[in-house]
Amino acid sequence: MNSMAARRRHPATLVVMLLLGLLVTGVIYAAVDSGTSAQAADQKWSETQVEAGKKLFAEGCSSCHGLGGGGSSIAPTLIGSGAAAVDFQVSTGRMPLAAPGSQAPVKGVIYSQAEIDAMAAWVASLAPGPAVPSDAMLDTSKADLAMGGELFRTNCAQCHSFAGKGGALSDGTAAPTLMNATPRQIYTAMVTGPASMPVFSNATLTIEDKQSIIKWIGSLQANDNPGGLSLSRLGPVTEGLFVWIVGLGALIIVAIWIGVKAK
Amino acid sequence: MSDIATPGTTADEHGHDSGDLELPNGRPAPAPLPHEPRRADVDPKAARRAERQVSTMFLLASLLVIAFIVAYIAIDKNVVIALPVIGTMSASNLALGLTFGLAVFLIGAGAIHWAKKLMPDVEVVQERHVLESSPADREEAISVFDAGAQESGFGSRKIIRRTLITALALFPLPLVIILRDLWVTPTDSPSPNELLSETIWTKGERIVTDGSYRPIRPEDIPVGGLVNVVPASLEKVEEVEGTLNARAKAASILVRMTPAEIRSQQGGSAEEPWDVHGILAFSKICTHVGCPISLYQQRTHQLLCPCHQSTFDLADSAKVVFGPAARRMPQLPITVDAEGYLVARSDFQEHVGPSFWEQGSS
Amino acid sequence: MSAVVKAGGAVAEYTDERLGIAPFMKRSLNKVFPDHWSFMLGEIALYSFIILLLSGTYLTLWFKPSMTEIVYNGSYVPLDGVKMSEAYASTLNISFDVRGGLLMRQIHHWAALFFLVAMTVHMLRVFFTGAFRKPRELNWVMGAGLLTLGILEGFAGYSLPDDLLSGTGLRIAEGIVLAIPIIGTWASFLLFNGEFPGLDFIPRLYTVHVLLIPGIILALVTVHLMLVWHQKHTQYPGPGRTEKNVVGFPLLPVYMAKAGGFFFIVFGVTALMSAIITINPIWAFGPYTPDQVSAGSQPDWYMGWLDGAVRITPNWEWNIGAYSISWNIFLPAVVLAGAVFTVMGAYPFIERWATGDNREHHILDRPRNAPTRTALGAMAIAFYGMLWISGGNDIIATTFDLSINTITYVLRIAIFVVPPIIFIITKRICLSLQRRDHDKLLHGIESGNILRTPEGEFIEIHLPLGDKEKAKILGKVDHTPIALESDVDENGVANPKGRTARLRAKFSHWFYGDNVYLPTAAEIEAAEAHAAHEYHEQHSVIDDFRGLEVTSEPVLHSPAIGGHEPNAHEH
Repeated sequence: MNSMAARRRHPATLVVMLLLGLLVTGVIYAAVDSGTSAQAADQKWSETQVEAGKKLFAEGCSSCHGLGGGGSSIAPTLIGSGAAAVDFQVSTGRMPLAAPGSQAPVKGVIYSQAEIDAMAAWVASLAPGPAVPSDAMLDTSKADLAMGGELFRTNCAQCHSFAGKGGALSDGTAAPTLMNATPRQIYTAMVTGPASMPVFSNATLTIEDKQSIIKWIGSLQANDNPGGLSLSRLGPVTEGLFVWIVGLGALIIVAIWIGVKAK
Repeated sequence: MSDIATPGTTADEHGHDSGDLELPNGRPAPAPLPHEPRRADVDPKAARRAERQVSTMFLLASLLVIAFIVAYIAIDKNVVIALPVIGTMSASNLALGLTFGLAVFLIGAGAIHWAKKLMPDVEVVQERHVLESSPADREEAISVFDAGAQESGFGSRKIIRRTLITALALFPLPLVIILRDLWVTPTDSPSPNELLSETIWTKGERIVTDGSYRPIRPEDIPVGGLVNVVPASLEKVEEVEGTLNARAKAASILVRMTPAEIRSQQGGSAEEPWDVHGILAFSKICTHVGCPISLYQQRTHQLLCPCHQSTFDLADSAKVVFGPAARRMPQLPITVDAEGYLVARSDFQEHVGPSFWEQGSS
Repeated sequence: MSAVVKAGGAVAEYTDERLGIAPFMKRSLNKVFPDHWSFMLGEIALYSFIILLLSGTYLTLWFKPSMTEIVYNGSYVPLDGVKMSEAYASTLNISFDVRGGLLMRQIHHWAALFFLVAMTVHMLRVFFTGAFRKPRELNWVMGAGLLTLGILEGFAGYSLPDDLLSGTGLRIAEGIVLAIPIIGTWASFLLFNGEFPGLDFIPRLYTVHVLLIPGIILALVTVHLMLVWHQKHTQYPGPGRTEKNVVGFPLLPVYMAKAGGFFFIVFGVTALMSAIITINPIWAFGPYTPDQVSAGSQPDWYMGWLDGAVRITPNWEWNIGAYSISWNIFLPAVVLAGAVFTVMGAYPFIERWATGDNREHHILDRPRNAPTRTALGAMAIAFYGMLWISGGNDIIATTFDLSINTITYVLRIAIFVVPPIIFIITKRICLSLQRRDHDKLLHGIESGNILRTPEGEFIEIHLPLGDKEKAKILGKVDHTPIALESDVDENGVANPKGRTARLRAKFSHWFYGDNVYLPTAAEIEAAEAHAAHEYHEQHSVIDDFRGLEVTSEPVLHSPAIGGHEPNAHEH
């Protein structure tokens, strides 16, 4: 470990890492589904967007991800990340990061959608990668809600919980709540796999499947509680706490009232 | 009424001379406190007011029951109502619950209020009877029992006693034995440990997505990807069997990492690798107590169980790195078929799911 | 004579002519019950049980205990067309297609939580006040049995709807059964009629849930209440209360109105909660299938401690030849659970053996007056609490932004460290409270008012202890540890019982050794006389400087003036 750490500081390391990164990315994308590339191809970005994005990137992101977006010892390469990754990370306020850590916390969003699009355009221009979805792709009006529930429980609930409230992962990381996620963010998260989250490609979870899942998450966000107050939908833990504190508390107050002598 | 004594102020204020009031520590017990009259005891107006309050509660309860009936008939079961904090909820549940709950609550509150305000509130002292029987009673009971035992000859007729005890000890056995067929075992059924050790995965079985049953090509899964999968034949098997038993063992996951990231696998050779270009297949059923787990954290390649937090390193033969599970997650050997779809090379080489007693013999 | 009384008389006459129950009625209707809020906790449990029987019967009219897969086509749109078991579908029907069905379901589940909460706190009350002592040990054992059955019954009910959460619980239960050495595999196959999940477990569990366990609970509750009735209720120490009497209100009318009213209150509160608060939203969990799971899967609170124990046990598994023992599951889920309920049921006998206390007790201990018992109870609560926290470690991790791994490591240690610390702290607190009671008897209550005498001395005015308070303190029983017996008898022959006796004496000393003895009656009288004497000496001081009006006999005591220092018997 020590020798590794020592070598990391060698001036040539950066170059070697960059080359290695490019090589790995190349190998990966050679193996990746043609469908993904096809999507990337049909995304149209204007020259001016790419130029603006390059400038914004140099100002806001390059200190960690490198001027060419190739990454550094503290940040991953963005070559091949695609527009979707930029869109997700920046629009949810995860990027830019205040300090490096295992999981990017969600903060206020500091870029406008136009600026995000510009940066996405630039990153997409580096190498093909998952593209941002078109409005038609996010249209859930024809999606199957019940199927969305099934797919959500199979693919998403294990981390984000049945209610989309999120849950604990290893070593202090966590799957975030989906209560404020937009359809676009849900989509881009699935195709890019931010942080610990795995990638759900459009080949194994088709666009129709994703639309169903988005529709289902929308129904979770609607705060429909047929039975009344949801107690945060955290399951039996909050129910137990409630019955101990409020329920038993109320009955004991009555019991005390019964026992106190009337005036 | 004989054992009831109304406390008075006869004992002196230290209670020293009320001889029969004695504490277990041998001290004289302090005297009861004198009764203080309530307002309703001395003021007829207060009493009438209490009476009014109680009857109002009972009256309201009746009205609420009528309101319940109205709500039951008038409110459609599908009508929802939007409330602050709560969100949208069933109007019927709210109306029925509130009317019924309040009605019942008011009956209770009225009764208690009545008891507190208007029924006598003078504390009554009642003597405890001695729980132990008198020695005479006890002796008599014992002698009756002895006489009965004597007459039965239970003590003297040893052979009867012993055969009876044997018979009584044996008679519950049939009741236990017939429980054997709680598992109606088919005649050619494998043993439990054999059943637990096999799944419907077989050589050449297509791997399909869970829920949508689509076959998968290697290029469908990007690095860092996760697919929840089942065997292609599961749909048919479930139709025939009508149970979820096959699914409970066969559910699996596919993950993909770069081949360089894979430190070890549970098997396979250079000619017959268990992975396909870094695509690995594992059982989805936790080896601890059987929760299905697919909390795959693609950065660390760890699989976490949401039930008891067992953690497995999928890049390193899925060995246990944290938590209560003792066994690694079994790996499913996979390859591609002639049409380029992912298929199983064989069934799992280790049994899936929780440990059991005979697991080593399978 | 009013019409009501006349009618009542007629009924009584009719019944008595046939059953001859007048003597029983005479005694029963006069029966005195002491009044205290903590005596109502058991009533909450009883009433919740009645509510459970009522609401449960209602649910059986629509619930179909069947695991046959069907396609749902009811009025809950988000699950339209989804494959599920008939059990789950019928639970959805109860929730969305039967008017008032959801209300009854929620009443049933809230009442179940109340039932277990109330049994638990009732048991804690009985424990901390020593109400389980002779002659009530049998009732304690029955109570422990009822709690155990209640937990099983609750788990069975939680499992019946066959939603994703309850199915996950059943899967875990199956894993636990498999972990039982030797018989586990077969036991699991017998329970499930083959492999998990099969088609038969829910119908079987249903019979257990609606018939077998409630039947046993009902029988036990009946006997439990008959014993309370026959042995008469315990009471707290207080004015006029002795070991030989009961001070309170007669069954008719006061107690009947209060207890009857309380039933309606418990029912009302449960119904009101069910009107506005969701419990167990099975529609949100989705139907059970063995390849789906939700993050944050939890059992109901009364099972949480066992789940917590399973979470923090390290991954010990022995493989001996062809056979395996899964200590990681067997130890926390079977051995620990068995040990906890066994120790709980046996506690009265353990304490009786250790203390040699063979007297009848009808006056309750104040928890401070039995410091070792109270500390043991607090330790047990701490142990339970640690396991409960372990059971919710994932919820705690996300709520407080902590690492689940760290929490688990910390809890593995805390489960052994925290309870003994709680034991020591609790015992210290109890002993301090005993000393304060001791001082109060001798010096009265410190009023906080400081008085300066003409000589320039400062004294604090001590107010006399109220009669009620005094009676409470005086109700304490001072226990003396069993004396250590010699190993050998007077002839130098080894005492055959020597070892046990010494162990017992040690236990007894551990249990009672720290007792702060109450002052003797003579000491109290002396202190009171002394206070009165001081009062007369300083009467003028007070009158001159403060114009205080003292009507009753006050206690005015100031150590500064060189008063009598009590001789505390602290051994």
